[in-house]
Amino acid sequence: MAIINQAGAVAPSGVKLIDARGPRFGAAITTFVLALALVTHSVVVIAFQLVVFAIGAFSGPAKTPYAFAYKKFVKPRLSGDVPTEDVRPPKFAQLVGFGFALVATVAGLLGATTLFSVAVSFCLAAAFLNAAFNFCLGCEIYLLATRAFKRA
Amino acid sequence: MKTFLPLAIVLVLSSGYGVWYRTSRGRIKGKSGAMALISSADIDGSSFGSRVTLLQFSSAFCSPCRATRALLTDITADMADVVHIDLDAEGHLELVRRLDIRSTPTTLILDGNQVEVGRAVGAPKRDQVTKAIAAVAAVHN
Repeated sequence: MAIINQAGAVAPSGVKLIDARGPRFGAAITTFVLALALVTHSVVVIAFQLVVFAIGAFSGPAKTPYAFAYKKFVKPRLSGDVPTEDVRPPKFAQLVGFGFALVATVAGLLGATTLFSVAVSFCLAAAFLNAAFNFCLGCEIYLLATRAFKRA
Repeated sequence: MKTFLPLAIVLVLSSGYGVWYRTSRGRIKGKSGAMALISSADIDGSSFGSRVTLLQFSSAFCSPCRATRALLTDITADMADVVHIDLDAEGHLELVRRLDIRSTPTTLILDGNQVEVGRAVGAPKRDQVTKAIAAVAAVHN
């Protein structure tokens, strides 16, 4: 009967909603780009993805070139209801991706090939899980990180 | 072109994790034994359901939290003895640690004595929630 919503920080009124299929389509392209980076060890490829992550993390996942491609080529071919989601979870995932891609880019420039591969691998795993299994990175790591670093 | 081996390893490992993720998320697991008592102070003084309380933990960077909140709100809307409470996990870290909440959304099913009888990690399914609520007997004091 009673519905008590105390999670004020979770659902403030005026939460920005975006088409939930956009970020997932973006994750599929990201998976491909990161796979290419891992196989070729190309700093140019990872630097490109770093820029895309930066746009996603700081301007929003609906502003990336992948989101643009989704709106231009994929969305017009889809029918039915548009599933929406809060913009913050995918934005958070883009920020985590940005962190790993930054490490990979610096490692690539310095010639640290093992670190490059490890950083790209983590990034790739998260993007692949998002694309293939609708994995929610923020759900899995945000609370664990908060528990670890913040006092009650 | 270098080796495809690292790519193959990453895809195989994450596929394995993905299959586990898909099957485990949203499933309600029964709980017996170790009981963590939850008091009214833990949930900012709100009242529990007389028979069942669905205690949901949410966070800001969590897509399925919104869907879970909508689902549980809808299910409990016409149940007088069942209450749905949605807590911001980040704002209740002491309780989160005590109950060992690791990811969001996590929903605990509490009986009339506020004892945890089950929990779902991830967005639960409607029929499973309805079944779990029906399985909790009323407390006669």
